[in-house]
Amino acid sequence: MNNERIDQIINNHQAEASSLIQVLLEIQSENHWLPKEVLERVSNKFQVPLTRVMHIASFYKAFSLVPKGRHQVHICMGTACHVRGATRILETVEDLTGIKSGETDLDLKFSLETVNCLGCCALGPVMEIDGKTHGKVSTSGTADVLNSYE
Amino acid sequence: MKEITLNIDEQNVQAKEGMTVLEAAQSAGISIPKLCHHEKLIPFGGCRLCLVEVESGRWTKLVVSCVYAVENGLVVRTRSEKIDRIRKTLLELLLAHAPNSQQLQDLAVEYGANKDQFDKESSFCIHCGLCVRYCAEVKQLNAVGFIDRGINKEICFIPEIASKECKGCMECFPLCPTSYLQAAFVLTEAMAFPEASS
Repeated sequence: MNNERIDQIINNHQAEASSLIQVLLEIQSENHWLPKEVLERVSNKFQVPLTRVMHIASFYKAFSLVPKGRHQVHICMGTACHVRGATRILETVEDLTGIKSGETDLDLKFSLETVNCLGCCALGPVMEIDGKTHGKVSTSGTADVLNSYE
Repeated sequence: MKEITLNIDEQNVQAKEGMTVLEAAQSAGISIPKLCHHEKLIPFGGCRLCLVEVESGRWTKLVVSCVYAVENGLVVRTRSEKIDRIRKTLLELLLAHAPNSQQLQDLAVEYGANKDQFDKESSFCIHCGLCVRYCAEVKQLNAVGFIDRGINKEICFIPEIASKECKGCMECFPLCPTSYLQAAFVLTEAMAFPEASS
């Protein structure tokens, strides 16, 4: 992510220190993670100490300090999905992508996370990719779903 | 500044408006145990050891004296069975993190806290925030800060700032109740700017 784009995002928020979290969120959603250089630039622009920026960026789960893939895969491990075989779905996705929960593959294609309930238990087991819900997935069907993402 | 009279441990104490109960007690020579308080720093309320009982109507409530403002006619007790019991548990929890801290051991003797009450979780840092706040508020260098949250929260030096500023300062080192700060600094130094120490 280049400096001009960061400055543009900061300027959209009138360069006010109180909008620090909003700016970080915007950078996170565009860049998928917050590299050190970005945090340093934001810290300088807002005149907020880097320790404070780091505290915030490491506090909220919405921010990532390590590179994330282009597609965020969330697999629901809630009770309803669990009894409908979410563990097997997770194992299949782990096999297909070669990464464990919480990791990102080397091509930066997928990041895998488990979540505890997506709120649509009737569709279980549920897999959510980039905010799109795939309900009632089967172990054999997960490959097709994953292959439909570039 | 308005003068306020309050009662601490059956003793009338004069205080100024805006002072905290802890400051008023200290000015009257009444000692309250505390770990995260420092006179130059904004009250933090992190260690909770300075909690006292305050009478409000027919009830008493527990408040943290380092962040509780004085009120006219306030009645405060700094020691009671209930307070001692809570302080004892707080100390036992802190000792599970830093069993060898001298400050904690001294308080443990006073309150009869058993350092083996809870399983050891030796993080050594007790999150008093003295180093972080001293660096930010007094020195305004911000070389050290908190990262992460909950049980994973820890102090962390920013190597770029620490390599320049810390060698000549180190004023936060004696503030740390557990010596973890020194260890964290040495670790940062060894990993990020080792040539300075060789």
